[in-house]
Amino acid sequence: MKPAPFSFVAPESLDEVVQALAEHGDDAQILAGGQSLVPLMNLRLARPEVVVSINRCHELDYIRLVDDRLVVGALVRQIDAETSPLVQAECPLLAKALPHVGLPATRNRGTVCGSLAHCDPLAELPAVALALDAELVLTSAAGERRVPADDFFLTEMTTCIEPGEVVAAVALARQDPSERSALHEVSNGGHAFPVGGVALRWATVDGVCTMARIAAFGVGSVAQRLGDAEKALVGSDLGPEAIAAAVAAARAEVNPTGDIHADADYRRHLVGVLLERGLLEGEAP
Amino acid sequence: MNDEVRVTVTVNGRRREARVEPRRLLVDFLRHDLGLTGTHIGCEQGVCGACTVLLDGRTARSCLHFAVAVDGSDIRTVEDLASLDELHPIQEMFHRKHALQCGFCTPGFLLTTVELLERTAEPDEGAIREALMNNVCRCTGYANIVDAVAEAAVELRRRKPA
Repeated sequence: MKPAPFSFVAPESLDEVVQALAEHGDDAQILAGGQSLVPLMNLRLARPEVVVSINRCHELDYIRLVDDRLVVGALVRQIDAETSPLVQAECPLLAKALPHVGLPATRNRGTVCGSLAHCDPLAELPAVALALDAELVLTSAAGERRVPADDFFLTEMTTCIEPGEVVAAVALARQDPSERSALHEVSNGGHAFPVGGVALRWATVDGVCTMARIAAFGVGSVAQRLGDAEKALVGSDLGPEAIAAAVAAARAEVNPTGDIHADADYRRHLVGVLLERGLLEGEAP
Repeated sequence: MNDEVRVTVTVNGRRREARVEPRRLLVDFLRHDLGLTGTHIGCEQGVCGACTVLLDGRTARSCLHFAVAVDGSDIRTVEDLASLDELHPIQEMFHRKHALQCGFCTPGFLLTTVELLERTAEPDEGAIREALMNNVCRCTGYANIVDAVAEAAVELRRRKPA
């Protein structure tokens, strides 16, 4: 199918973008890479009146360090983040996740922030944002607010972005060089959507786990922090008993549903398997 | 909101322009407005890769871009590959290795291969299969396509002046 008619604006600065959003309110839709939005528009599942492209806002095309955070602007394509030495050094979990996202041709155009704003429950990047204590930088005509990832992702395809706001950037925690991280997922074929996955990072000091972040995707209506599993790890020696406790906690705190790709019990089991795999195989960054 | 807008792009080295609705997909812009029907349209939702073109040097699904949103871009399509009397080495190897049957998906596979071999002169089979994830073929079973890409890599290296 073809998309329904719309009007199109392509401002050249973030200021002009938020002005356009202020003018059109609920009728406006941000277009970044379009790799999720345009299929929805072609299928007429999305019918925005006004499309506001940020593709001319070159000021949003940056990856830079700001204090203890790696900040990725809204126009950074997934492929450019994937191959960025800065991302590989500072947020290796993001670099590991990106090859799983979509397909090579969609990563050439799709953006990191766009995937977060889209909030597909099967997407890897929202879980990565949770595991990296991300803050979403939301800009509107009224100014800027920063929202922790824990409060940003609400449910399937739904975030806390208000009308008039645009995700201008995502600020990710820089990973300490001693941290380890992993992302594991299972899908029914090479680049098919995952039926479930886990993103995690953790730190140890003298053999004791001092920090753990675990987030699951594809096993619920939205990417989910697994706080009980994290608690089972912190303070432990990450030995078999601690891992078994974290696996049990993870399985208890997800609430998956079944579909044609996998049933709910499989997904619940899978979360534990992938968490264990990550903890045992996660490479040092 | 149906007002037409002017879109100017460079296609295969030539400046082209047309007035289109904002909702005009790049693939339809190429086929209907510019008459370049080598780019095929399959699923219209980003799954099949038949409509793959090079957009500013990178593979892109032309069904997932609005022409107006890529105004000013440089686009390369399958029409750019062969000269009047000679196939491009990649096309030649697809021919020799029987890497197509119905041929509908082939333009997309060719552009995906162009990008791969411009980035990686000596891809191993894993890298070839990874790149070809971009595209769906429902005839060949892919084995011959993988062979053709590997042979094309060899041929392009052979032709490249040392």
